[in-house]
Amino acid sequence: MTKLAPVLSAYWDEKDSFTLEGYKRHGGYKASEKALTMDPDAVIQLVKDSGLRGRGGAGFPTGMKWGFIPQGDNKDHYLVVNADESEPGTCKDTPLLMANPHVLIEGCIIACHAIRAKHAFIYIRGEITHVARRVNQAIADAYAAGILGNGIDVVLHVGAGAYICGEETALLDSLEGFRGQPRLRPPFPAIAGLYARPTVVNNVESIASVPAIVMNGAEWYQSMGTEKSKGTTLYSLSGHVVNPGQFEAPLGITLREILDLAGGVRPGHKLKFWTPGGSSTPLFTDAHLDVPLDYEGVAAAGSMLGTKALQIFDETTCVVRAVLRWTEFYKHESCGKCTPCREGTWWLVQILRDLEEGKGTEADLAKLLDLCDNIMGRSFCALGDGATSPITSSIKYFREEYIAHVTNGSCPFDPVASTLFVGAGA
Amino acid sequence: MAFSSEDLSIMDSIIKRYPRSRSAIMPLLHFVQSKAGYVTNEGIEVIAQLLDLEAAEVTAVSTFYTQYKPTPVGEYHVGVCTNTLCAIMGGDAIFASLKDHLGIGNDEVTADGKVSLEHIECNAACDYAPVVMANWEFYDNQTVESAKELVDSMRAGNPKPPTRGPNRLVTYKEASAVLAGLNDGLAHEGVQAGEPTLLGLKISKEGK
Repeated sequence: MTKLAPVLSAYWDEKDSFTLEGYKRHGGYKASEKALTMDPDAVIQLVKDSGLRGRGGAGFPTGMKWGFIPQGDNKDHYLVVNADESEPGTCKDTPLLMANPHVLIEGCIIACHAIRAKHAFIYIRGEITHVARRVNQAIADAYAAGILGNGIDVVLHVGAGAYICGEETALLDSLEGFRGQPRLRPPFPAIAGLYARPTVVNNVESIASVPAIVMNGAEWYQSMGTEKSKGTTLYSLSGHVVNPGQFEAPLGITLREILDLAGGVRPGHKLKFWTPGGSSTPLFTDAHLDVPLDYEGVAAAGSMLGTKALQIFDETTCVVRAVLRWTEFYKHESCGKCTPCREGTWWLVQILRDLEEGKGTEADLAKLLDLCDNIMGRSFCALGDGATSPITSSIKYFREEYIAHVTNGSCPFDPVASTLFVGAGA
Repeated sequence: MAFSSEDLSIMDSIIKRYPRSRSAIMPLLHFVQSKAGYVTNEGIEVIAQLLDLEAAEVTAVSTFYTQYKPTPVGEYHVGVCTNTLCAIMGGDAIFASLKDHLGIGNDEVTADGKVSLEHIECNAACDYAPVVMANWEFYDNQTVESAKELVDSMRAGNPKPPTRGPNRLVTYKEASAVLAGLNDGLAHEGVQAGEPTLLGLKISKEGK
């Protein structure tokens, strides 16, 4: 049985956890003090040694990313924190920032020191007013206390409702004041990022993990997790479960273990399908309850760890309806730059809508898969790829349910049965 | 409405946050919304002048992002999450009932200008589903009834406070100022975390 291991979330239950005073009570800003006395290369080496990997979805080693920044190039360097949390199902950075914005600021100071940057930008999605408020206040308090402003500046930048800006190069375009559309790579941001300068783009949770690594050492971090997926991370459990919520555990815990802690699937129902890391990661079923939730384990089982957004759906849920809704999301959020994604997601919605309403044919399934094949890997960024994941995986596991819509001439499910307030007289 | 000299000095301070002025477009658009309630042509012109751009360049940015509104929204802008998880857990039913209850459709405003309605995408609070946002503040674990009561309280001029947010619901314009990066002094209000956020920590402290 894997034990939970709260590190990031250790003090979230204290009422003032988001204040400077609350943060300092548990050694806050000691790590940045220590890091600033270290050689920047030694900080990069420490993060490399810890095995920390990006928590935004791709799992790229954080220290290695920092190491790509050219040194002695006499150019400005930038750190950009991706707090544009918008992947359906993903809800870890938002509560982290609401409960403890200072840990991110401290991580920014350490990362800026390591990559020789004077400026950090925190790009927060625009639809979470109170989080923007908390982060802005934390930055102001850090300046007032002399923690920021001594060679390192942190600026809050609030987005305006575009999922695509979670893609790192679209985020950079957006931060430069343009429409958020992905760039062709190479050059990668490490060479030509913000304002065409060397730039590190990291997820909130990645940067927030750094202070504890500096304080406790790489060995301590290495002692948690699995062979290639080190440390602890936030797993976000949502959907048809008794107790949804955040679970910080060493990488490699299984859904079965987390469900046990959460009281299981809601009473009288059973698990039908779930996402391991948001809607862009191929669906899993009850056959995957014991897959170790680390980067390698989930990939070996045919999906991706992604953002560890565990969305649970029970047997009352129509998988066609679920997939249609996600597809409508991708269609809406496609930035329009690349034809396969822009046009492809539009056609996917038309076909899925017909299928969901019982007006489709069996040949539509082949057409869907063919379209997915023509979207996958053919655009600048991964949005189009992500759009195909729920479709191909749901057809793989639930082809008969699609067919049932065709033969029935309508959806065989009652949407009321899958609501949370079914039977509550709502 | 014209922008006052005080407004212009705030806009200038927003521009100074960035190494390159064009980066200020997004917070400036939020600021325009904090004054006008939506993105006005006048606001576009002012931003263009301040940043030495064509108005068309500012408009091109404004129209890309769904939070910049081309027409006025209500004093309280209500968003119902109808992305897959919330939709299935009850968001679709909530959205349908609010449309019916308010007598307006998606992206429409009540005649009294109090409430506007929009179906929104995943708002990063799935462990609190079904989620409703108002002026982008969290209203967690909603039902059809609680959502109706919420909009009724708005129309009565006494909106219920967010579940994770300040002690009172700020107006759409006030919220837009926060998104422009201005400090309204309310960061200390409200809970640090809701129960689902703390669930794993609580279980861990029980020794599991």
